Amino acid sequence: MILKANFSVMALEIPSTLEQEIDERITHYPVSKRSAVLPVLHALQHHFGYISEEAVEWTAKKLDLLPIKVLEVVTFYPGFRQYAPGKYHIRVCRTLSCAMAGSFDLMDSLCQAAKIDRSGVNHHHPIAVSEDGKYSIEFAECLASCGTGPVCMVNDDFHEKVEDAAALLGQYRD
Amino acid sequence: MADINYLPGKEPHAREHRMIFRNVDRAGWDTSIATYLKEGGYEQLKAALKMEPKAVTEEVKKAGVRGRGGAGFPAGLKWTFIPPNNTKPVYLICNADESEPGTFKDRYIIHQDPHQLIEGMAIACFAVGAKLAYIYIREEFPEGAKILEKAIAEAREKGFLGKNIQGTGFDLEIYVHRGAGAYICGEETGLIESLEGKRPYPRIKPPYFPAAMGLYLCPTIVNNVETLCHVKHIIQMGGDEYAKLGTPNNTGTRILCVSGDVQKPGYFEVQVGKVTMGELIHDMCGGLKPGRKLKAVIPGGSSAKVLRGGEVFKIKRGDAMVDVSLEDIPMDFDTLAACGSMAGSGGVIVIDDSRSISWVLNNLNAFYAHESCGQCTPCREGSLWMKKITDRLVAGQGAPGDIDTLDSVARQIDGRTICAFGEACSWPTEAFVAKFRDELVADTNPGTADAIVNRETLLAAANLAQ
Amino acid sequence: MSEELVSVQIDGEWHQFPKGTRMIEACRQAGREVPHYCYHPKLSSPGNCRMCLVEMGMPPRPKPGEELPLDEAGHPPIQWMPRPVIACANTVAPNMGIRTDSPLTNACRQGVMELLLINHPLDCPICDQAGECSLQEFSVEHGRGESRFREQKVKKPKNVDIGPRVRLDDERCIMCSRCIRFTDEIADDPVLGFTDRGSHTVLTVHPGQQLANNYSLNTVDICPVGALTSNDFRFQMRVWFLKETNTIDTNCATGANIVVYSRENVIYRITPRQNNEVNSDWMPDSHRLNFHWINSELRLTAPLVRENGVFRECSWAESLQVAADRLRSYAGGDIAIIVSARLTNEELLMAKRLAALLGTDLIAAVPRTGEADNYLVSADRNPNMNGVKLILGLDDPVAKLGEIRSGLAGGTVRALIVLQENVIDDAGFTAEELGRADFVLSTYPLANPTADASDVVLPGACWAEKSGTMINVTGRLQRLKRAIDGPGLTLEPWELLRDLIQALGGGNGIYSADELFKQLTHDYPEFAGLTLSQVGDLGVPLIETGQTIPLIERERERKARGIIVG
Repeated sequence: MILKANFSVMALEIPSTLEQEIDERITHYPVSKRSAVLPVLHALQHHFGYISEEAVEWTAKKLDLLPIKVLEVVTFYPGFRQYAPGKYHIRVCRTLSCAMAGSFDLMDSLCQAAKIDRSGVNHHHPIAVSEDGKYSIEFAECLASCGTGPVCMVNDDFHEKVEDAAALLGQYRD
Repeated sequence: MADINYLPGKEPHAREHRMIFRNVDRAGWDTSIATYLKEGGYEQLKAALKMEPKAVTEEVKKAGVRGRGGAGFPAGLKWTFIPPNNTKPVYLICNADESEPGTFKDRYIIHQDPHQLIEGMAIACFAVGAKLAYIYIREEFPEGAKILEKAIAEAREKGFLGKNIQGTGFDLEIYVHRGAGAYICGEETGLIESLEGKRPYPRIKPPYFPAAMGLYLCPTIVNNVETLCHVKHIIQMGGDEYAKLGTPNNTGTRILCVSGDVQKPGYFEVQVGKVTMGELIHDMCGGLKPGRKLKAVIPGGSSAKVLRGGEVFKIKRGDAMVDVSLEDIPMDFDTLAACGSMAGSGGVIVIDDSRSISWVLNNLNAFYAHESCGQCTPCREGSLWMKKITDRLVAGQGAPGDIDTLDSVARQIDGRTICAFGEACSWPTEAFVAKFRDELVADTNPGTADAIVNRETLLAAANLAQ
Repeated sequence: MSEELVSVQIDGEWHQFPKGTRMIEACRQAGREVPHYCYHPKLSSPGNCRMCLVEMGMPPRPKPGEELPLDEAGHPPIQWMPRPVIACANTVAPNMGIRTDSPLTNACRQGVMELLLINHPLDCPICDQAGECSLQEFSVEHGRGESRFREQKVKKPKNVDIGPRVRLDDERCIMCSRCIRFTDEIADDPVLGFTDRGSHTVLTVHPGQQLANNYSLNTVDICPVGALTSNDFRFQMRVWFLKETNTIDTNCATGANIVVYSRENVIYRITPRQNNEVNSDWMPDSHRLNFHWINSELRLTAPLVRENGVFRECSWAESLQVAADRLRSYAGGDIAIIVSARLTNEELLMAKRLAALLGTDLIAAVPRTGEADNYLVSADRNPNMNGVKLILGLDDPVAKLGEIRSGLAGGTVRALIVLQENVIDDAGFTAEELGRADFVLSTYPLANPTADASDVVLPGACWAEKSGTMINVTGRLQRLKRAIDGPGLTLEPWELLRDLIQALGGGNGIYSADELFKQLTHDYPEFAGLTLSQVGDLGVPLIETGQTIPLIERERERKARGIIVG
């Protein structure tokens, strides 16, 4: 199968340190560069906050793939966002044990405290962003800490037994 | 061995047998290799490297350890499925995609005792002849991924990974590969496709049995985090000694994770089959909340078929059929299977009488509808259909006949899909319908039925008739 | 492929199949067709549609020391598995049992059908696939009568422009992935993919990219539903009104086997027809769509004779009489004949007879070359240059074109016969050069500059309007079959040649193309013993050319590796 990229990539500012990190990650897959799709996307999302069309095309070029093969992957995984989240992105566990422990109430109180309107959320746009762009929120499926529900993540931080939404947000003010 | 102290309030229950979780919540313990080495870390790797690889596999087979990820397949036997005349590279993948709802054990191994996992992996790689291994860790463990990468770097620096390990000529590189939020990546062939950079569509088996045609179509062993940790202890104890833990055919220890309506949810490492459901719930977890009755238990992760409170099971014991109550079920692989469910991943979800069964089932239906990869027809279409039916039940818009439809949709998925997700998403529905039909039917509302018949279907049918 | 045979019981009857045969193919060979959507013998088998689930069994494993009891015919008992298996990707095994018509198998099919239909729009009345839709077909056989689905259907993009020739309706797509596999595995242009997941999965091209390769329309052919439709054909005609003719493509020397779909002498579409030696199941878009000119207003519909510089329509008898009278006035050495390598072998035989009758051996064919595409398009864009070589006995059929040109310039060629060519546009001749001839007779389907420079112009049928045989790039003899009638007074070239020869006094009593074929078997040892029915719809190897068709070679290799059934 020919998967050679043959297209130009729109402007995307990749700092050299980021590209070095990405190049190093690619070396973890000596058999097939294509295996590095997820790590490259993670690195780009970590830097840019989400995966833009440009990032998809940059990844494709980097890994000698057609962009559709990257888009297929990006859109499969909820872990990749295709539009910008807030500065603090909150993921509230939705699945059974956390739901039993009150994660739907937690979602409501977080939305209230962060002034987020989730009424427009649907399958294709799972993330709601606060008006000031500071917070965004979505439900996540089981975060594997069912014994300490309700749990949520704020960016890379993990929080268990979250009862006070305002107090949680208080840790993420700046 | 030094006396072990645990963090206040996190002491193991007296009935626990801590082996894999020995260092979890331990006072003074950290993830550094220095700490790990202080207590004999990597000694089992050194010991294994002096053995023949086949002999290592033999010990694991003798130990009888069954996979802790969910399927419960004997790990040593799995290793022997690599074709004997194989000339291709062999890969080992640690499945750290812990994502079965109700399960939270690998999280603690990864975050608190990463070297135990790396040592177990290194021994396993030596046994199966893998020189390249990956830890496929779920994206929602960002800290865990960092801890593992640091631990790998430390192990490499100390000569437990990399080229010519401990001067034995054995080379091994382990890399951490982060997922991106997909339950299906816990299915081993879905995981492999994901690791190849593709959509994680599970492969058909045959022909794609990973041990013969796995990663890059080379023999690949995929084992769960907890399973790989056991390897270290098997080498330490010897397979025969290990097999004395637990019960026959259900050897060793395993970590049970309890969540839901109990006083003290948590994780408990016990000898397999040495603790009953009742002891787990009422003794180790402090029982139900005041005034509540046990309504149901999902015994092995959300895919396991639910058991009803007060249910009595007829199972074979020796040559006789005996009655076993829910509370008396020993938490082992075989008994739970005999009771029509499974030990699965060890995630026990307790449901008391304050819960609506429609709501519980709908929550699970929503999970599976969200996680279906969409590759094959029954699961792609059926998982969302089931969710839509229970959406209506929860909203008070259930129609007569919905419960029969729900059950039959589940049965149209079960056993007919590419991967075990078909069973995972249909078993909860089948079991809840089988055991709580009356309650589900009570949630239907005959008055609303006609109003919600799909308008579009009617219009299209009218068009067709013209 | 191993020749070892294994015994397999299908619906109670025992059969033998070569080891490695896929269950679905074994069932088909046993006359028990298994319905399927995603399986295609030329593509990898993902096993995703689950329509081909069948009940399967194997002999029980005997206990140590135990022997299985055999039935009268020597077959062991079969232990049926509780789980159905897909017939597409699994191969037969010794003493396997397959049930294609059992309660379990039927329940599986009914279940899959229902699930495929719940989110599928019920827009058959406006869907182009209607009449050849597997979903329609199988739902009649395996569906349940009424819908139990009370929910809102999943909404997806409709009428999506995914390329210049192909249109996508995602709501109709059943995610069988045939098109994706085709573009990945056959066309090497992997622009299609699935995005999103679960029930929301959609087939798509990357934003800004297109499914534009020269094989894109094959995805429409293999789409089992109406998700992919051809811009050229959509909304033109219901398929059940169309007449199908099995013939061959004449756009290049490959001679792809095709089906021409026509109604009332109008071609509506062309699709490839399976021939594993020639074009597999595929054909290039450029060839497939090159038929609209057949209905052009520029078609010649009657013989034309130039009088006082102006063309006059006349009858065949009159035009041939004029031509014969003029031709008789030249010595053989004054006459040159330019034939087309688009002529059939039968037509070439008649051209050869004409040359003999006129006493000329100044005969050449017009070359037509382009770039080979390393798939199915041959560098030789003539369909029958091998026929020209064989029938006319020319090693280099184009060699004498130069001689003819210089003969025209030097006045030694006084009469020129051009058979089914436009030598001004396609062979570099000029009107001035032709003007130097005393007499020019040309035949062609369309009005063209060469006709303009001719004295007698005869309307010759195009490829779709005539029958005969051609020899493709690999030396395979294949049949061209008349799909439609030519417009007006158009005659097949062999017919007009027959009549011209008769007008010249060389009657030979041949009245049909079949008789001409018999003559070929008589005149040429390569044809000896052949009959048209032997040549059949798939052709036969005739001569060694040492040439291969790249796509076919690659498919053979994939078949040998077990990736595809082939």
